[in-house]
Amino acid sequence: MFRQLRAGVRTGIVTEPAPSTQEVALLGRQLGAEIRGRFGRSLHIRQVDAGSCNGCELEISGLIGPHYDLERFGLHFVASPRHADCLLVTGPVTRTMAEALRRTYEATPDPKFVIAVGDCGADGGLFAGSYAVVGGVDRVVPVAAVIPGCPPSPKALLAGILDVIGRRR
Amino acid sequence: MTAALLVAVMQVVLVAAAAPLLVGALRTLKARLMGRRGPPLSQPYADLRKRLAKEAVVSETTSWVFRITPFVLFASMLVAALVVPVLSARPALPFAGIVFLMYLFLLGTFFLALAGLDAGSAFGGMGSSRAVAVAALAEPTVILAIFALALRVDTTNLGAIVERIAGHPLLALSPGHLLAFAALFIVMIAETGRLPVDNPATHLELTMVHEAMVLEYSGPYLALVEWASAMKLLLFMTLLANLFFPWGVATTLTPVPLAIAVVTLGLKLTVLTVFIAVIETLVAKLRLFRVPELLAGSFALALFSVMAVFLLR
Amino acid sequence: MTARLGYALAAVVGAVATVAGIAGVLGATWSFRAPALVPLGGLELSIDPLAGFFLAVVGLGVVPASIYAVDYMGGDARGLFAYLVLVVSMAVVPLAANVVTFALAWESMSLASYFLVVEGGAGPRASRDAVDAGWVYALMAHAGLAALLAGMLTLTAATGSTRFADWMVAAPALASEARLGALVFLAAGFSGKAGLVPLHVWLPRAHPEAPSHVSALMSGVMTKLGVYGLLRAGFEWLGVIPAGWGAGLLVVGVISAVVGVLYALVERDLKRLLAFSTIENVGIVVIGVGAAVMFRAADLGPLAVLAVVAALYHTVNHAAFKGALFLGAGAVVHATGTRNMDAMGGIIKRMPWTAACILLGALAISALPPLNGFVSEWLLFQTLLQNTEIARPELNLVFTLGLAGLALTGGLTLACFVKAAGLTLLALPRGEGAACAHEAPVAMRAGMAALSALCVALALGPTAVLPALAGVARSIVRASSDTAIAARGPLTVHVSGDFASLSTVTIALALAAGVAATVVVLSVLGASPRRRISETWGCGRILQTPRMEYTATAFSNPFQRVFDFLYRPLPAVDIDAHPESRFFVRTIRYRNETRSVIDDWLYGPIAAAMRVATGGVRRLQSGSANLYLAYILAALLVLLVLA
Repeated sequence: MFRQLRAGVRTGIVTEPAPSTQEVALLGRQLGAEIRGRFGRSLHIRQVDAGSCNGCELEISGLIGPHYDLERFGLHFVASPRHADCLLVTGPVTRTMAEALRRTYEATPDPKFVIAVGDCGADGGLFAGSYAVVGGVDRVVPVAAVIPGCPPSPKALLAGILDVIGRRR
Repeated sequence: MTAALLVAVMQVVLVAAAAPLLVGALRTLKARLMGRRGPPLSQPYADLRKRLAKEAVVSETTSWVFRITPFVLFASMLVAALVVPVLSARPALPFAGIVFLMYLFLLGTFFLALAGLDAGSAFGGMGSSRAVAVAALAEPTVILAIFALALRVDTTNLGAIVERIAGHPLLALSPGHLLAFAALFIVMIAETGRLPVDNPATHLELTMVHEAMVLEYSGPYLALVEWASAMKLLLFMTLLANLFFPWGVATTLTPVPLAIAVVTLGLKLTVLTVFIAVIETLVAKLRLFRVPELLAGSFALALFSVMAVFLLR
Repeated sequence: MTARLGYALAAVVGAVATVAGIAGVLGATWSFRAPALVPLGGLELSIDPLAGFFLAVVGLGVVPASIYAVDYMGGDARGLFAYLVLVVSMAVVPLAANVVTFALAWESMSLASYFLVVEGGAGPRASRDAVDAGWVYALMAHAGLAALLAGMLTLTAATGSTRFADWMVAAPALASEARLGALVFLAAGFSGKAGLVPLHVWLPRAHPEAPSHVSALMSGVMTKLGVYGLLRAGFEWLGVIPAGWGAGLLVVGVISAVVGVLYALVERDLKRLLAFSTIENVGIVVIGVGAAVMFRAADLGPLAVLAVVAALYHTVNHAAFKGALFLGAGAVVHATGTRNMDAMGGIIKRMPWTAACILLGALAISALPPLNGFVSEWLLFQTLLQNTEIARPELNLVFTLGLAGLALTGGLTLACFVKAAGLTLLALPRGEGAACAHEAPVAMRAGMAALSALCVALALGPTAVLPALAGVARSIVRASSDTAIAARGPLTVHVSGDFASLSTVTIALALAAGVAATVVVLSVLGASPRRRISETWGCGRILQTPRMEYTATAFSNPFQRVFDFLYRPLPAVDIDAHPESRFFVRTIRYRNETRSVIDDWLYGPIAAAMRVATGGVRRLQSGSANLYLAYILAALLVLLVLA
């Protein structure tokens, strides 16, 4: 038990510095001063898997670790959409998850916004046109930003989220 | 009279204002021990301010019980701040005793458990069931620890206990005293929902105890509930610090002793925070049906403390 | 119409009893003798502070229950006569001043309640459960009466008189065998009526079957008459009882309290849950009585008075909040047509007044500040915490056990009533009956509201109530005039000087101020006033029905696991598969029954032994006239030899 403590103290902080420029496609009108003003210092994110292959989830889970550490920017993942300000949606939105995604959006209190992750989230990506897929998160809920990639790296994800809330540079 | 009133208000304001800082410090410290930079110390304040500005989504299944619970919870913590010896040895409510404090905390638990059931979801019910089970099993330990303390000083009045132990510093190192402290420490972990009883940062509903009851709250209601939990943690830690190691607590209500009281309280809380952060980093969450074993262990510690006080009288 | 008038008459009798009782508590004395009315000693009634207290408890319970019954029985006169007999006999029991009066009143109380239990619910014929419950009740009540008579006759033989006043005078000089024998019999008889473990088995069977106003009276008042008997016997008729018996009484109280609440925790039947909770609260009262006996044996008069005060206060508090809970439960059961909590839910929206009364009762019984349950449990805690004044380690150990047990029951009661109130009142209705329940009629609401108001009055007025109770306690403990409890000022109560103090009015005001402060804080910090009504978060699930709510069985699962050595659950899974293949499951039936340790290990063997014995005796009744003639001849021969 104390070996773990010693190792932790000896290793020190391994967090990498905040990411720099990143291409983030920003859609919709829900941007700007309102979001930056409210969520600049504190953003609670609820991640929704709308039929993703889980590649994006694995990258998102890297954000919680010590190297990317999204908590230092005041970002925090929450379990319930009632506690969330932002929905981080992955996947091409399968037909069976469309209603669930809509209900999750419905359950989130205002003001809120949605970030679609990955090429699937943007327009269905690899699965676009499939019978089982609605195609892109913006077909179901209004999307404020899209972070492209298949999957986007944790650095890209972090840069994208920070850019939306106006915390970078 | 007015000095007492002023100090009472000051204590309540201090407790309410400092509670988020305590939670922030705990979070940041745990992050540092994990090798992360962690959130800034003031993060809980930013979270609270943001939550207050959001709308509250209320389920149509719920009733007025759901809506008044955050207020009752917060109000009971404000009253508890008048009962715990925070700065001055004599709490603002002169009849303050530990039995009253114990049941005051249970008042909040009762309403929160009802609110968890009110939403009609399985999560809330599960959280309520587990929370009241943990609270119920922690009660015998508290009363025996109180008994051990009351035996020594012949009163259950919190202010009197603090004054008498402050007058006899060596009492604080007697085995009965230390055992009672250990027992109440475990109860504190259980009642405030820290590891290893409950993980405050978990996202898996099946592992939640306290968090599951508040899944349905949003906006200002959620801000009040989280703030009240932070205050409960601060009050419990203050109780442990000032009841068992009361040096520095102000015995007169003049500016200099009060300032010393603030500083010493800060120091004691820092030590306790580091201790809790280290424990939380090192242990894993106990399986729910192992928690009664932990509480039984704390009961045994309290029983030993009573016996120790008896034998060493 | 006559039925309503009858219940109104009962309410008037109750009001008279309350006034007379309070007068008795405050010192009025009065007696009445009618030697020719009844054989073997005549009818004799007298009032003293203790009798006055219990008479007042009877009255305080009867008045709201009778008002409630005006609408609950809906003009049905069935059971009215038995109810009136019950009320009058319950009022006479504390007033009885000799053996015959007491026995008559006690027995008519038991008989009247037996009829009410068996007649029970709606429908022309008594239900199977009610008949079984009545049978167990009648058996235990009569066994108790036999024990009581044995004890009282022992005292009569030892003192030469059937009058209680004479026993009080002769108590110090009582021979020790007579004292022991009387103690054992009287304790057994009174404990059975009070519902202490292990003589409690009739309570959870009988109380749910009776109509709710009768259940309220049986739980809140009748069981307390058993406590009345224990107090009389323990302090007045038997002199100073050794501390060992007091310790035994305390241990029995702790066991009753813990076992009672543990069984209440796993109950799905709302009224049976309340019945088990009664066992728990009687256990708490008896903890106080046992502590008082121990303090008195150690010659600590003030502390003994304090313990009796705590016990008496809890008695009247329990009558108030258990009465409110039973009346409320009755209204809910009446409206929904079921006693099963798993089929209730959503009542708070359909029956708001009833729900408010039930919530207040639940808050009070969970001993939460600033209500009355908190005051009496707090008092009992402070009493037990002073046990080191007795310098005997074995007794201190018993007191420590009592403290731990009392704290455990406090916590478990909270869990139990979160379950009872939460699952009955909150969320969505889980059954047909609950979905179309409507609010109770006026008289029922009035009865419930009266008891809720009594709870609040008892909570906020301890400075008025406690000195009166101290007077009652002093009269039976025969302590000196200074007591351990004092009211300083109109608001604060002090225990043993500076040991502890309490002011419920201040607490109530502080909590109210806290709520106001919270509202102010929210507006100062700019909280958003926007609200949006939506559906419960169910993980985005499309089909969200009341079936997905937590049920009573689920809620008690952690307790069932932790205390499985007591419940000894029997899980049984039956899987019904398609005949073609065992992989196509059609239905799965899951049962997880809890078993009662006391039923299986105590009453089971006793009942089996009785069956064997009576089977043997039955052989004597062969039906043959020749054999009976032979019996007569044999008896005649034996008598001739003996004479």
